[in-house]
Amino acid sequence: MAHINIDKTSYEAKEGKNLLETCLTLGFNLPYFCWHPAMGSVGACRQCAVKVFKDENDTQGRLVMSCMESVRDNMFLSVDDPVAKAFRSQNIEWLMTNHPHDCAVCDEGGSCHLQDMTVMTGHAYRRFEFKKRTYKNQYLGPFVNHEMNRCIQCYRCVRFYKDYAGGKDLDVFGAHNHVYFGRESDGVLENEFSGNLAEICPTGVFTDKTLKDHYTRKWDMTMAPSICQHCSVGCNIIAGERYGKLRQITSRFNSEVNGYFICDRGRFGYEFVNGITRVQQPVIRGAMVGGDEKRNLYDNLKTFFENLDIIGIGSPRASLEANFALRQLVGEEHFYQGISENQAGLLRILLATLNSGKVHTPSIKEIEQADAVLILGEDPTNAAPRIALALRQAVRRKPLEHAQNIKIPAWHDAALREFIQEEKGDMFIAFPVEIKLDELSSDTFFGSPDEIARFGFAIASYLNEEVVSPDGLDEATEKRAFAIAAILKNAEHPLIISGTSLGHEGIVKAACNIALAIGVQKEIGSLSLIVPECNSMGLAMMQAPALDKAFEAVQQGGVGAAIILENDLYQRAEKTDVDHFFETCRHVMVLDHLHHATTSQASLLIPVSTFAEGDGTMVSHEGRAQRFFQVFMPKNENIRESWLWLDEFRQFKNGVDPQELNEPGNLIEELVRVIPQFKGAETVSPPSDFRINGQRIPREPHRYSGRTAMLANIAVSEPKPSQDDDSPLSFTMEGYRGIPPAPLIPFFWAPGWNSVQSINKYQIEVGGPLHGGDPGRRLFIEGEMSRIDFWKMPVSQFLAESGETEIIPLTHIFGSEALSVYSAAVAERAPSPYVLISEKDAEKFDVAEHALLRLRIQTQCFDLPVKIKKELRPGLAAIPFNLPSMAGIGWPAKGILSKIEP
Amino acid sequence: MLTAEEITEIDHEIALVPLRRAACIEALKIVQQHRGWISDESLRAIADYMQMSPEELDSVATFYNLVFRKPVGRNIILLCDSITCYVMGYDKLYEHLRGKLQISFGETTADGRFTLLPNACLGTCDHAPALMVNNELYRNVTRDDLDGILDGYK
Amino acid sequence: METPLTQHISSSRPPLNLRDYEQVGGYQALRKVLKSMNPSEVTKTVQESDLKGRGGAGFNTGMKWSFVPMNDGETTKYLIANADEMEPGTFKDRLLLEGNPHQLIEGMIISAFAIQANISYIFLRWAYKKAARLVRHAMDEAYAAGYLGRNILNSGYNLEMYLHTGVGRYICGEETALLNALEGKRATPRTKPPFPQVSGLFGKPTIVNNVETLCNIPHIVNNGADWFKALSPGSDAGTKLYGVSGRVNNPGLWELPMGTTMRELIEERAGGMKEGYQFRGALPGGASTDFLVEQHFDIKMDYKSVAAAGSRLGTGTMIVLDDRTCPVGFVHNLEHFFAQESCGWCTPCREGLPWTEKILLSLEKGQGRPEDLKLLAIHTQFLGPGNTFCALAPGAMEPLQSALKYFREDFERHINEKKCPWVNNHGTH
Ligand SMILES: Cc1cc2nc3c(=O)[nH]c(=O)nc-3n(C[C@H](O)[C@H](O)[C@H](O)COP(=O)(O)O)c2cc1C
Ligand code: SF4
Ligand code: FES
Repeated sequence: MAHINIDKTSYEAKEGKNLLETCLTLGFNLPYFCWHPAMGSVGACRQCAVKVFKDENDTQGRLVMSCMESVRDNMFLSVDDPVAKAFRSQNIEWLMTNHPHDCAVCDEGGSCHLQDMTVMTGHAYRRFEFKKRTYKNQYLGPFVNHEMNRCIQCYRCVRFYKDYAGGKDLDVFGAHNHVYFGRESDGVLENEFSGNLAEICPTGVFTDKTLKDHYTRKWDMTMAPSICQHCSVGCNIIAGERYGKLRQITSRFNSEVNGYFICDRGRFGYEFVNGITRVQQPVIRGAMVGGDEKRNLYDNLKTFFENLDIIGIGSPRASLEANFALRQLVGEEHFYQGISENQAGLLRILLATLNSGKVHTPSIKEIEQADAVLILGEDPTNAAPRIALALRQAVRRKPLEHAQNIKIPAWHDAALREFIQEEKGDMFIAFPVEIKLDELSSDTFFGSPDEIARFGFAIASYLNEEVVSPDGLDEATEKRAFAIAAILKNAEHPLIISGTSLGHEGIVKAACNIALAIGVQKEIGSLSLIVPECNSMGLAMMQAPALDKAFEAVQQGGVGAAIILENDLYQRAEKTDVDHFFETCRHVMVLDHLHHATTSQASLLIPVSTFAEGDGTMVSHEGRAQRFFQVFMPKNENIRESWLWLDEFRQFKNGVDPQELNEPGNLIEELVRVIPQFKGAETVSPPSDFRINGQRIPREPHRYSGRTAMLANIAVSEPKPSQDDDSPLSFTMEGYRGIPPAPLIPFFWAPGWNSVQSINKYQIEVGGPLHGGDPGRRLFIEGEMSRIDFWKMPVSQFLAESGETEIIPLTHIFGSEALSVYSAAVAERAPSPYVLISEKDAEKFDVAEHALLRLRIQTQCFDLPVKIKKELRPGLAAIPFNLPSMAGIGWPAKGILSKIEP
Repeated sequence: MLTAEEITEIDHEIALVPLRRAACIEALKIVQQHRGWISDESLRAIADYMQMSPEELDSVATFYNLVFRKPVGRNIILLCDSITCYVMGYDKLYEHLRGKLQISFGETTADGRFTLLPNACLGTCDHAPALMVNNELYRNVTRDDLDGILDGYK
Repeated sequence: METPLTQHISSSRPPLNLRDYEQVGGYQALRKVLKSMNPSEVTKTVQESDLKGRGGAGFNTGMKWSFVPMNDGETTKYLIANADEMEPGTFKDRLLLEGNPHQLIEGMIISAFAIQANISYIFLRWAYKKAARLVRHAMDEAYAAGYLGRNILNSGYNLEMYLHTGVGRYICGEETALLNALEGKRATPRTKPPFPQVSGLFGKPTIVNNVETLCNIPHIVNNGADWFKALSPGSDAGTKLYGVSGRVNNPGLWELPMGTTMRELIEERAGGMKEGYQFRGALPGGASTDFLVEQHFDIKMDYKSVAAAGSRLGTGTMIVLDDRTCPVGFVHNLEHFFAQESCGWCTPCREGLPWTEKILLSLEKGQGRPEDLKLLAIHTQFLGPGNTFCALAPGAMEPLQSALKYFREDFERHINEKKCPWVNNHGTH
């Protein structure tokens, strides 16, 4: 601890810490632009000037940029010094000389860091009376809007996009007072994190283009803390609504999970909530049951529940509450995970390993600290993008250690990058084709899934003799495996990344074995496993049998009816199997918010809320239980959380009169009682009766406008605000104005800080955890394990019969995930169908790039344009996973390729 | 597409530096030497060869004023407009050139013979005013000298 | 009077080739170093000689070298000759480059040896075509003679030397921006610390020295630190290349003892003002130094004395302002240069300089307002050292702030008369 003296008051601060960060942590309102807590300092904008004095007798002092100084013991400085203040105000005046002053029509207005800083420094009248320079804007694709005239040249965009996120197609051009930030020419920004530019940019140059389509000022939105629904990482988000429409997703800081950033799928994939494909009313055998014909619905339910042996099919994209309510309704023995046996089997392996006590599944923040990484058979960029962003930071860790030898402080981004240049730490990848992270890897092994598994087993066997080493590896491969094992062994924080995307048991087992082997060596091994969906882990933890078993049960007879929860079975299994299931099982109730192939088979269709219209809890890939909160009331009262419906059905089934149904009790508490593995999930947020000084936490900023007028076209009397019985949040602007407990932060705002930069005020220490600790609770417990059981190499998954090709599913960030593709912007970025084949197979089939090949896969047939990949093993082919136009494939899959004769 | 000759020269520069991209300015110079300027096509071809994105290369290219991203004439007149030449009356030379060639700073004559550019101090202030045409330096230039100088460039 | 740097330079014949250079004692210093000195002895000698960097900042050269880590034999290190000379009014390095390139090369090899660098660069500005030709030729000769390359003169010491020619931009002369330029990046400066001595080119220890600085090295090694100090009667050691340009009878460049007076330079060497012109002021060391006026004629042109008079010795090449040139136009020309050459990285420089340029232009056009002088003054205050990222903008403010001091009435006349009083004499706007 150092003692520092700011404006004649003494404070304690951490020696060596950045001075600007320290001032902000201490609560000073010190303006800045180029500095960013996650990206450090470069000293470009000169906005954060303070006076530093030699000692207490020095009255002169000198201006320094606080972001470029370290805290020293006995430091004397002044934030309030008149010269420092005048300089900061002058600096804003400079920045504003060319600014268009178009706040009124600017999307950033009201949540603009430049506005805030301008007010903060007191600059009000411009003395610059010459012409402003103007720029042309560029088309940057469906996600990000460009308005260069608003630029204040803080260089944050390129620093984030290039340096932090590894993007290549955004840069700075020109020099002197004519620097331009954009692309070389108009075109789609390719990086998966481009949307963060909207939050990184302190003004309105880069803004959310999807928001623009239904624009609302931040202060006019009703917002709630939420969890991203589009992959298993569980990034924390803020979702904002107005007029019954979800308008915007922004990142909600969580130092352990997503930090400041989320990926573009998470940010722009929300439009399904507003989509025309929403299920609006209950449907009974094709007929809509509108309005409050609840009686009618329950009359029908009566016959439905007269069926004996109703099975329930859960969903990895539904909340714990919903899955659990279904399980309670149908009974444990009739509850099935709505995923394939292949996936369920992989998840069982993962869970067993994660529960072994010998491996630790790291948070994103911990991933950033890894100093040697092995990615086995996964493509994080597409399957769990936020992990890929973390890995980009991890490969810098080792070189950064060297920088400490010449005493470059950790916050000094510019100096660090100049020092480490292109040096990288160790990262190894094994995957069938090239992936984006290859540009960071020291060695990439291309092979079939089976080969990757054996490669992984070989690495594991070098780390621990108990792992049976696979035979048949050539010498070169053995050497590579040995080299990787040696580096993992010697690393301080080695990390293994794998997952279920390729659906390969051997790969997952190999990854687990490597982590276990490291676990034996170092107390604990680090293993991060990517699972497909936002609640895949939570569903798996309920340990129900897979969909295939449900199909079998129906096949064997005796199943009277099925309830399918938020799930399109055509995305889970082979089309004919699903068709067959629906033919056999005549009574099918589907609860979902979107119409799809499965809902069209329902005899009873129940509308449910999306994540934005309801509350729920999910478990991330990391085993972190996190809660999302309702943002707004759904369009009509029949759109309700699945768990609410299902719990009522349970009561009804047990004989309660439809008029007398009760609100369910706390389902999570019940869940924890029934399945103790979930212990801790009940504590992820304060209970619904939590109040601060008797007040709720308002979902609306205190400047929310139009409450009395916004519905005046329908009725002039202001409706009573909706009540929230399920959470401590209110649907109005009234309530507690201070900083709420971290799980309940609906938006970031502090006096004078209207933009997202106000996060500083919510953190214990700038860049660190939120006050009261970051939200979420990890459910995996690490501890002593008595005996290590390494996994055995499974027999090859793919046994080719003549003419058959093993088909590999390739996950795409845009396209493979079921909900986000409903957003037009995301759909625009999805790939069109294709088939990847090796050079040799291209020769064999005598096809060139773009030519069509016919793929017979199970009972379906697709004509697909060919892409040729040098690195792909002959005899393998890859197709995009789960594109809307390519559903109904059961994985793992083989297929028959043939040339289309003209 | 880069020519074989350009590639040979660029490869030579690449061999001298520890990181491939560190030779990118040299690559720009080489191609400009051959083609007079760096068109968008040239830029993309160089970027590709240097394993950089067009953005990364253009970011560098547009920083430096002597990388020409617009077409230039066959001959480039660089007239020093810095302080000593200002004192010594470079404006008279500029006036004369403007009248004679019918172009201002930054422009190229209609026949593509000359591009006229202002240039920062040429480091020959004791012989101001000065100008360069292509690689040739002219010092103590008077208005009367100009016609004779330009005649040497076709 | 000794003129070690220029003794073998003559405008009437081409520079010495390798043989000629060796005949007049060339590469003897290098032989001496390789034979009988270790790196730290070289550094120590240079430090004791009190040679100060001739690139403008005037930092003790040996001291600068001494910050390079010497224990680690493995690390690549670099030595760079800064031959970017682009400061308006500066034309001294050109003479050394064109006049005696071997002198520079020898100086570089010795300097590189002192810090145990194995790679060296000459960063030469684009416009110096002749210098490029001559230096390249001299380098070839030096390689052929075994002064460069592997195992130099059988000493076991290796040094590669490359010539890099720039593609414009004054900021490339700033030593850290120069490093970025050499790395194939935008030439924006870097922060210090860390200094290039520990993290420079490609993140490796690097020394950047001015051409004139490096040319002094062989002579210091040959003749010793005391000899070098004795070259000058004043407080700074050695000789200096002084130049005068503008409306003087005999503009030029002379090697004179450090501390030669301004009077001697203007009245004797430059032959006084041209007929019909009066002296009004001069920038003593390039465009980024404060005006000195007639009252300063007798001060010694060394680092300390010029600083005491409120300016900087800078590059030692003086630009004279005469009475028939408008001081506002003069300063406008400078600020135009600086605004255009700002790298665009930091706010005050990027936005402040164009603003001053625009105000000065409007003054010149007779559209100025009284409050403009206050705005200019604010800029000179807030674009001062430490407030901007590098020294470009503070340098740019030096002529402006001193012009506002010494030629204030001229500024005011522009405002009051709503026109430039010189407009008919000198039409440049
Ligand atoms: C904007 C700017 C331009 C500069 N240009 C040059 C230059 O062209 N040549 C030079 O030697 N030094 C130049 N310098 C000074 C260098 O940064 C550096 O101090 C010098 O090269 C060090 O050499 P020395 O120690 O031998 O003087 C410049 C500095 C600044 C701030
Ligand atoms: S003062 Fe700032 S903008 Fe100007 S050249 Fe230096 S770093 Fe660049
Ligand atoms: S925040 Fe410190 S200089 Fe930009």
